[in-house]
Formats: sequence, structure tokens, C-alpha cells
Amino acid sequence: MDLLQQLTQYAFSGFSTGAIYALIGLGFAIIYNSTGIINFAQGEFVMLGGVLTYFSLTVLRLPYLVAMAVAVAVTTAAGAAFERLTIRPLKSPSPLSLVIITIGGSIFIRGVAMLLWGKDTHALPPFSGNDPLTVGGASIMPQHLWIFGITLLIIAANKFFFYYTISGKAMRACSHNRTAASLVGIDVRKMVLLSFVISSAVGSLAGIIIAPLTMTAYDVGVMLGLKGFCAAIIGGMSSGFGTVLGGLLLGLLESFGAGLISSGYKDAIAFIVLLLILFIRPQGLFSKAQTERV
Amino acid sequence: MKQYVVAVVAAAVMLSSLEAMAAGTVRIGALFSVTGPASFLGEPEKKTLEMLVKEVNAKGGIKGNKIELFIEDTQGDVTKAKQLVSKLIKNDKVVAIIGPSTTGDTMAIIDDVEKAGIPMVSCAAGVKITDPVKKWVFKTPANDHVAGEKLLDYLAAKKQKSLALLTVSDAYGQSGREQLKALAAKKGFSVVADELYSPKDTDMTSQLTKIKGSKADAIICWGTNPGPAVVTRNVKQLGIKIPLYQSHGVASKKYIELAGAEAAEGVVLPAGKLTIYDKMKKSDPQFKVLSDYNLAYKKSYGVEASTFGGYAYDAFELISEAIRKSGTTPEQIRNGIEQVKKLVGVSGLFTMSPTDHNGLDQSAFEMVKVVKGDWDLAK
Repeated sequence: MDLLQQLTQYAFSGFSTGAIYALIGLGFAIIYNSTGIINFAQGEFVMLGGVLTYFSLTVLRLPYLVAMAVAVAVTTAAGAAFERLTIRPLKSPSPLSLVIITIGGSIFIRGVAMLLWGKDTHALPPFSGNDPLTVGGASIMPQHLWIFGITLLIIAANKFFFYYTISGKAMRACSHNRTAASLVGIDVRKMVLLSFVISSAVGSLAGIIIAPLTMTAYDVGVMLGLKGFCAAIIGGMSSGFGTVLGGLLLGLLESFGAGLISSGYKDAIAFIVLLLILFIRPQGLFSKAQTERV
Repeated sequence: MKQYVVAVVAAAVMLSSLEAMAAGTVRIGALFSVTGPASFLGEPEKKTLEMLVKEVNAKGGIKGNKIELFIEDTQGDVTKAKQLVSKLIKNDKVVAIIGPSTTGDTMAIIDDVEKAGIPMVSCAAGVKITDPVKKWVFKTPANDHVAGEKLLDYLAAKKQKSLALLTVSDAYGQSGREQLKALAAKKGFSVVADELYSPKDTDMTSQLTKIKGSKADAIICWGTNPGPAVVTRNVKQLGIKIPLYQSHGVASKKYIELAGAEAAEGVVLPAGKLTIYDKMKKSDPQFKVLSDYNLAYKKSYGVEASTFGGYAYDAFELISEAIRKSGTTPEQIRNGIEQVKKLVGVSGLFTMSPTDHNGLDQSAFEMVKVVKGDWDLAK
């Protein structure tokens, strides 16, 4: 295997893990953009997607597609319930209390999942075959193509929703200024609920399409959530290509770091870059600096 | 004279009542990580112990001594282990302790049991637990290097001399990595790649690409599920032809299920005999113990027994044997365990001595291979 082939493989590996991070990062960005909340329970929605699909598939014996639909529906309901029961009752939401609430919520969801479905890791069957595709001496699984495709689809749907529909525009208005939005007649609380519904649906979808590759268990949400959060931060919390580029960058850093420098420092390399970005460009790599009027 | 008779009778009555008290109950404590990250160890251990004690008590106990069990959950937390061990010793007044499940918990409470003089039979694998030997501490899982040695001897027979290591960056993987490197140097192997991955990593193609570029004859992956299953799938994805070896940490059907039968085909690893006892000769000294344990466990809990539960099984058998041969005080139990010779257990044949408080050798492991989604003996 010559160096060029190796480099191609590192790039492929980076892109494929990066796409997973990007997909999860999008969920963070959606909620942040419409409410200003960073939802640390996002990783648990991803977990619920995978675990619920496995459960519907094996215990309820539903067909694959129906099982996925059930998983998305249940996770979305869980996301809505999460907002209604924890975020909405808050009288004076400060960023700190919101962060603590979402962290608490994630621990709760993880615990319930563990009690309901046990601690075992499970694998889902791949969507289309298990034979790797080879391009230029490097290989990739068909499932990765599904991940790329669905990520693109979600971005397109997002763009359309946030820029061309009334609800989407209303949600953006809420993120800019809650008081002003409610003054022009936007039901802010409904918009917050809607953002949780959308992001839990996106999260569960991500959890389902990555489970055939990464496998799923009650505790996968922690690490995946963290990586997705990094992707969103690097991308400046945009709900479009910024986060995707952030995810891909993170994936590539990990893969080339492991391949060319040292696999022991793989995570360290990625997180050092994250810290550098936060120091030098706290608004993210791909967004313009915000000016604050006083 | 009359007084003398009375005294003798009184003494006899007292003695017999003492006897009756002694042949009453034996209080045994257990510390397992039933919940928390190491629950895959603690849960089968707890279930095994409860099953065994129920069985023994139903048969009238050990030499007429009923067993009273005190199981506590350390949650894999060193602080909890420390608190619970003093509860077991001071409040429950146990005469012996089984567990803890993890090396960390065990190391944390060695001081306590040594000071109190209570024998402890740990269910954790770390070498440092019984090396150097501590007076009151024993353990049932074989040392990591025994599995490593078994594996390297197998590789030597196959003339595969340059190794690529891919280990998980937790205590299990790093202990394995150190042992393998030390053994490789001693046995004349060369390590041409030494890669790591994090326990929650979902893609190891970068590390494997690097290994593919090295001149390795064999890849050794050392970790517990799900990492090794991902490695197995990635090896298949990259079309790597170098034979893949795993550690005893994945010696269960779960590994084949996660990796997929197709990708796992041909993977060889050292395994405790419980995994493949149905393929062993009936004349093997362990056959009966393994088959009885597996069937009893299946009957009680509806799932296959695991190697981890076997650690608790062996710990209980060691203590029972000591009570039968020696007595029921902590001192007698300790001495009894140390004198155990060729006790047939789930993990192997135990022969303890003042210099060896583990008592297992390479015969504890068998090289197995994945063939058509099931384990088979590797030749």
C-alpha cells in the first residue's frame, strides 16, 4: 500500500466520520438558532433513534422502514415532552440554568433507556449491503453514502424551512429577539417547542442511519453528542453548511492525526484545534463576527 | 467428685452449644459493580453467587453451615468500595469477601482487608492484585499475561513474527499492551505497529490503514466490546489480508453478533473454556463443572452463563472448599484457600501456594476460532 493510497484512505475515513459528526451537530444548531439554548440532551435523541429502531425491529418484529418511522416518532414525542416538562415551566430562563437542565435531562433519558433496554450494545443491519466500495485503492461502506445523502437532504430541508416558510422565519425571529418577536404576534413558546420537535427528529434520524456502522447502546449519546457539539461550534452554530464543514474538518483532523501523527493523541489533536478556534475565532470558522449594538 | 461431674457435663453442654453455634451460619460478603460502567462484570457475578448460595443452602449448607450472603453494589466507584468494605467487615461481620469486580476497586480496599484480617477473593484480572502476594488477598481470573502468552505461543507456532498491536486506551487495553510488548521482546517477536483507539470510537480505519502499510504478519486487537467488533468490520472493509487476533475480553457470542459472522470469520483468540466447553472432550477435567454451571445458570436466568460470572463461581468454590477442609473463622478460611490443590473451577484448575494467590496457568485458556458464526477449537 503506497503513501498516496494511504492518504486517500485517511481522507475517506475522515469524511465518513465527519459526516456523522455534522449530522449530529445540525441538531444542536437548529435549537440554538431558534432559541439560543444549547441542548446537551441532543446526543440522547441520537441514541434513542438507534436503540428504538433496534427494539422495534427485534422485539416488536416490525419491518425495517416501519421500525425507523416508529423510532423517529417516539423520539420526537420525547423531544416535545422534554421541552414541555423541563424548559417551558422555567420562570426566568438564564443560559446557565438551561444548560444544567439539558444536562440533567440527558442523564435522565440515558438512565431510563438503560433500565428499559439493558446495557448491551446492538448492531442494526446495513441499508444496502455490507460489501465495501473501492475507489482509488481506498474503500468506503455503502452506509457512508446514505449518511452523506441524508445529511445533504436535511440541510436542504432546513434551508427551505428556515428561509421560505412562515414558521421557519418566525423561529429565526425568535432567536434574534424574543421580546420583539412576541410583540409582532409570534407565539415564542410554540416556536421553542417546534425547534425541539425538529431537532429531536433530526437527531433520531441521525442515530438510525449511523447505527449500522457505529452500533448502538444506551450510552452512545455522550461521545456522539460531544463530537456533534464540537462540529457545531467549529461551524459557528449555523444550521447549514457551516456545521457540516465543521464536522468534516473534525473528522479529517482525527483521521489524519491518527494516521500520520499518533493514534494515542487522536482526540487530543482534534480538541486542541477546537480550543484554538474558540480562542482565535469564537464566532466559528464559517460565520461573520457579530457586532453588538449598545 | 460430684462437682467434677457437673463441671464436665457443663463443659460438654457448652462445647456442644458452641458447636451448634458454629454449625449455624457463615456470613460471606460480596462487592460487585452491579450498576455503572463495569456492570457487565458485576451483574453476572451477583446472579451466579445468589444462585450458588441458594443451591448450597437448599442442600443443608457446607458441613451443616448455612451461608448468609451480603451483596453490595460498588457501582465501579472506588470511594463506594471503600465505604462498603468497612460496612461488611464492621457491621455485617463477614468472615470472607468475594469481589470486587474491577481491579481499581480491589486495589483500593486491599489495605482494609489486610488490616482487618478478612480473606478476600477478588474477581478482577489485574496482575498487581496478587503480585506481590498479599497475605489475605486472592483472585480467580487468570492474569492478562497468561492469555497473552497463550496467544504468542500460538503465533510462534504459525511462524508469524512481526506484530501490529491495536489496543483500547483504557486499563484493560493498556495492561494488555504492556504485557504483549514485554512478552514479544522476551519471545523474539518484533512489534512493527503500536496503535490505540478510544473506548467509544466508532471507526478505526485510520489506524488499520497505517497497519496495512506496515509489514505485519499478525494484527492483535486488545479490548472489550464494542471496539473490537468495529475493528473486525473495518478490517473486512479495508480488505486487509493480515490475520486478525483478539483478546479473551471478547470471548462471547455477542462479539460475533456485533461484528457480523461474515467479518468475524477466521478470527482467532484465547478464550476461557466456558465459551467452547461443548466442543471439548468429555474427559476434560473441567467439562462437568462447565456444563453444570452453564445449564444451572440458563435454568435460573434464561441466558447463557458468562466467563465473568465464572469468576464469582470460582471464588465461592474456593471459600467453600476452605470451609470444608479447614474451618469457618477468617484465619482458617485464608489458610484453607492457600492450601487448595487442583480445585476444578470455571476458569481452570486452581493450585494455590504461599507464593501464588491466583493459582491458574495457561491451561485456563483455549485457542478458539470463529467458524460460520460460532466458536470452534483453533488448530
